[in-house]
Amino acid sequence: MSEAKKYNAPVTNPESAPFWEAAEAGKFMIKRCTTCGEAHYFPRAICPFCFSDKTVWEESSGEATVYTYSLMRKSPTGPYAIAYVTLKEGPSLQTNIVDCDLETVKIGQKVKVVWKPTDGAPLPFFTPA
Amino acid sequence: MTIKGKAYIAGIYEHPTRHAPDKSTAQLHAEVAKGAIEDAGLTKDDIDGYFCAGDAPGGLWPMVDYLGLNTKKLRHIDSTETGGCSYLIHLGHAAEAIAAGKCSVALVTLAGKPRTGPMPPRASGAEADFELAYGATTHNAYGMCAMRHMHDYGTTSEQLAWIKVAASHHAQYNPHAMLKEVVTVEDVLNSPMISDPLHRMDCCVVTDGGGAMIVTTPEIAKSLKKPLVRLIGHGEAAKGPRGGKDLDLTYSAGVWSGPRAFEEAGVTPKDIKYASIYDSFTITVLMQLEDLGFCKKGEGGKFVADGNLISGVGKLPFNTDGGGLCSNHPVNRGGMTKILEAVRQLRGEAHPKVQVKNCDLAIAHGTGGLLGVRHAASTCILERA
Repeated sequence: MSEAKKYNAPVTNPESAPFWEAAEAGKFMIKRCTTCGEAHYFPRAICPFCFSDKTVWEESSGEATVYTYSLMRKSPTGPYAIAYVTLKEGPSLQTNIVDCDLETVKIGQKVKVVWKPTDGAPLPFFTPA
Repeated sequence: MTIKGKAYIAGIYEHPTRHAPDKSTAQLHAEVAKGAIEDAGLTKDDIDGYFCAGDAPGGLWPMVDYLGLNTKKLRHIDSTETGGCSYLIHLGHAAEAIAAGKCSVALVTLAGKPRTGPMPPRASGAEADFELAYGATTHNAYGMCAMRHMHDYGTTSEQLAWIKVAASHHAQYNPHAMLKEVVTVEDVLNSPMISDPLHRMDCCVVTDGGGAMIVTTPEIAKSLKKPLVRLIGHGEAAKGPRGGKDLDLTYSAGVWSGPRAFEEAGVTPKDIKYASIYDSFTITVLMQLEDLGFCKKGEGGKFVADGNLISGVGKLPFNTDGGGLCSNHPVNRGGMTKILEAVRQLRGEAHPKVQVKNCDLAIAHGTGGLLGVRHAASTCILERA
């Protein structure tokens, strides 16, 4: 069922382009501020915490735990599990948990990044580790 | 500088329709505007301030033109768009404008037809490439809040169901309510699961329709015939994941808008006799009650259980028109109807079966956007003068 789902290619822009270029190479990137030391996601040019412009790209381990989720049962494209996962590096992000029995998704579950193709750069999803 | 007591709600109107395939959206705006102006006992030419949000076809200036507002007189316009709570923010902004002498009779309108046809997609921000593919909708975004709230605080589906049960007890007396049938906790739990842990009956109705209000100066309000209702405190706030640091979906921006409004009003949650609380979903109500301080964070489940929100039964009568859960959630935006029922309660014009005795202090609170993603909140404290 998840095989059939087709995703739109990211539009990208000058601020986010390095993320999508790294995604083509299978690397999941986050941003870290070298002034305050905090990591954030989705990536911005200016740190959302201290507003410094000294942010740098950093490859994430892609390892995360499920913060929360909801199994969306009423959808024309079939059920899906939307979730927030918290990366080992700190930031939490919105995603879908894929390639598993959706009924088994749980808060606290260990997950890892997995890429799904589009007509452009691939998109990051998470699957049980 | 405060807006406390500087602005009165002199006219209100809620469109009786819940399904309007035979009307245009602009027409519905005009019908609710006409209703509110007539309720106040004013005329269209008295309007010198106009407020509308994203539901107004074409935005503010096409509506000013369509309604035929007197443009020689119109001197304050505001199209603040914060989803379903836009109209609560409009009320606060209208009071600010009136206090500053920028207008004296403000009209606020809301109308639309989501039941007749699909609504345009929600506008997205810089997060689009990083989130749109994951299919966040109102149902699953609020589902994620409820799931985490249950995890952190032991909140149960039964407790959430009590919120719908209370709303249905009130809706039975509202002849315009879309759902008038009284339901039980079991009915809610047995309704189909939409997005875990939210059942169909945890979700609000989808209705065509709208509402409007007239906000004016103390002097003008006192010259009219309606019971006097004034705004004494207002707060607004916004919240999002903010780079993903310390994500906590169990609270909303209401934790900031609420205290701001209570502080300005000089009252506390204990003083409130009636509460209009945004009810897009049962979890929305539960989180807002906690965030506004009606109970401690995590104790919302206990607070709403056993009919505590039912007028004449519990301690905090809420949404006595049946709310969004049973009566009306026009244009998928519940902020306007929250104000309208609070005004009815303060005027003593609610249905006798749900009218709160000696109702002299009420709260109207709402959120807009998605609680589980990005949202705004606004709190209004209203008083019978």
